[in-house]
Amino acid sequence: MYGMIIGGGGVGYYLAKELLDNGHEVLIIEKDAKRCERVEDELGSISLCGDGCEVAVLTKAGIARADMFIAVTDEDDDNLAACQIAKQKFNVPQVIAKINNPKNERIFAKLGIENTVDGVALVLEHIKAQISTFPLIHLLSLEDKGLEIVLIRIAEGSRVAGKSVGDLCLPLSSVVSIMIRQGQECQVPASDTILEAGDQLVCLIPGGSEGAVQAMLGTSGQEESG
Amino acid sequence: MNVIIMGCGRVGAELARLLDAEGHKVTILDTDASSFDKLPPDFGGTALLESATDEEGLQKANITEADAFVAVTREDDKNAMAAQIAKRIFDVPRVICRIYDPLREEFYESLGLEGISPTVVFARLLKEKLEK
Repeated sequence: MYGMIIGGGGVGYYLAKELLDNGHEVLIIEKDAKRCERVEDELGSISLCGDGCEVAVLTKAGIARADMFIAVTDEDDDNLAACQIAKQKFNVPQVIAKINNPKNERIFAKLGIENTVDGVALVLEHIKAQISTFPLIHLLSLEDKGLEIVLIRIAEGSRVAGKSVGDLCLPLSSVVSIMIRQGQECQVPASDTILEAGDQLVCLIPGGSEGAVQAMLGTSGQEESG
Repeated sequence: MNVIIMGCGRVGAELARLLDAEGHKVTILDTDASSFDKLPPDFGGTALLESATDEEGLQKANITEADAFVAVTREDDKNAMAAQIAKRIFDVPRVICRIYDPLREEFYESLGLEGISPTVVFARLLKEKLEK
């Protein structure tokens, strides 16, 4: 497959490398000559120095036969412009945009670019996952189903420690799928399994209910003071 | 008329001055505070240090009450994105943006945006002058 990447910074560079390793044809379009040089030095002649939002540049780069188009510059307006041209003018089958401002996800979707990756949100979630005091970690969005897969950590003093899985007040249509208890194999919990501090649960919850779940998990101390 | 202008460069500032002098309500946005130096001392409109590719920035400019939105920063992509947000998300009745690249202007027109390409307009003007 032929993949075009707009932006030869860190993300563009490593994405190109991965695609090449998987046997794809790749072209990086990058405005900055120095970045192009680095790509050429490391990955061979797979870069084009130019503006990936210009129709003429994209045409010259063979966008008409591209199978994938991925815009990963640090400017959301550039990523939007490039993706709109790829999708709406050249009908590239797969178009993906990196988003730098989390608020732009909704705007991009409304303007026809539904496949977006929110870089900032991903980094934040990974950092939160490493900090053990965060009770809720977002793992994956199943956007077409309106569901989120999250990791719930039962903290010391949480008001649900000592309660059974069935007594958790999770939002309607939530599913507790896996329980991870230290020193034990992963298991599918029964509704009468009693939760202990330190347990981790992989759950499916409705999109937008993360706040409610987080409140439900609060420590009992918070409850009293609140 | 209630007009929001994004980009206080030479063109943005001059348009703001003209509209303000005619008694229109003008709000002009830029992300560089020093760009507002181009506005005349008696400018009666509002100058806001905000980006118009940001929903919040546009809300601060009361975009829901605007009759028209004009995007004239020096970057085509910023103009196109702001214009699309104004038109598609906030339903501003009249939206005009400057697009230097003539090929891109054609494309944005196909998306329903009203674009002006200074490149095309100026070349046409020069040609007319030459032919006189």
